[in-house]
Amino acid sequence: MRQEEEQAHQSSLSSSSSSKPSGKSLFILYDSIRWEEKALYEAAIKKGVKVENVNCKNLAINLNDKNSKYRGQVVLQRSVSYFKNVHSTAALQGLGAQVINPLHAAIMCGNKMYAHMELEKAGIRTPKAVAAFSEESAIAVLDKIGYPAVIKPTVGSWGRLIALLRDKDAARAVIEDREHMFPLYQVYYFEEFVKRPPRDIRAIVVGNRVVAAIYRYSGEGEWKTNMALGGHAEACPVTKELEDVCLKAKNAMNGHIVGVDLMESDSQGLVVHEVNNTTEFKNTVRVTGIDIPGLMIDYALGEGK
Amino acid sequence: MLKCPECDAEIKVPPDSIEGEIVTCPDCGASYELVKSADGLGIKPAQVVGEDWGQ
Repeated sequence: MRQEEEQAHQSSLSSSSSSKPSGKSLFILYDSIRWEEKALYEAAIKKGVKVENVNCKNLAINLNDKNSKYRGQVVLQRSVSYFKNVHSTAALQGLGAQVINPLHAAIMCGNKMYAHMELEKAGIRTPKAVAAFSEESAIAVLDKIGYPAVIKPTVGSWGRLIALLRDKDAARAVIEDREHMFPLYQVYYFEEFVKRPPRDIRAIVVGNRVVAAIYRYSGEGEWKTNMALGGHAEACPVTKELEDVCLKAKNAMNGHIVGVDLMESDSQGLVVHEVNNTTEFKNTVRVTGIDIPGLMIDYALGEGK
Repeated sequence: MLKCPECDAEIKVPPDSIEGEIVTCPDCGASYELVKSADGLGIKPAQVVGEDWGQ
């Protein structure tokens, strides 16, 4: 995108987030109030929206309640715990709430293997991956695809328990450790190590627009690009190609507001490696100046029934 | 002003703080969740990361 177009794009986004107070209401469901949840709460208050923060840990829901206070209401799902997120979404959506993001997105985005299959089905480039279900089959499949390979837990984030396996000895050590962990870690999910610049892209999608994107650079001595691991961020131009890929990825997950993570593969171009259904956006706001919380609130209220 | 249960340092709670927000002790780095109390806001040890936490 040319510089003038980019400025116009950013200006239209900033102005669209300062809409008049709507008098509508919504719930923000959380299990930890981070910068993002507080920014959403403050954006809603600023717009004159009646907003209630609900701690997921305090929820006690009658699953047969036909007159639930959540029926017909908008719930912004912000729980960082995958299992609490999926189950509370199932409950509230089942009771008639408009949960953003909905259950399908919560289930698929929160599990790297499920997400991989959804992206593949939708024809979106994503790192090649293999799965195995025992120590023996995991070593055998690695022998077949070769090294290096990346092992990832199917559930989890912020780069935790992700390892770069450079050879068979490293693979054996990591896999042996996992055999003594919770059964979920004996579902072995390996991705190819994508050759790319030392950065990836986080793009924030709100509805049918990529509202902002950043490059995330690896921290010193670190190959992972997670901000939680000491990386740094810079603004990334939202090109037509980036927007097309991100919208396809969002739609593949049946999401509404997501953070799409992409790598710039030397051989394949943009590849999507993750779609986040409770995306963090603090660094994206800091670097781009886009009012993402305001845009999210506007979108959520437009979605309510 | 609240006292850190770990090291007794003072933890300042900004006036715009809300229930559920995480505050960190400036001296020992322990994290606490703000909870409603009879005197306004109190603190309890915060869960800062869970095995299935992500985004």
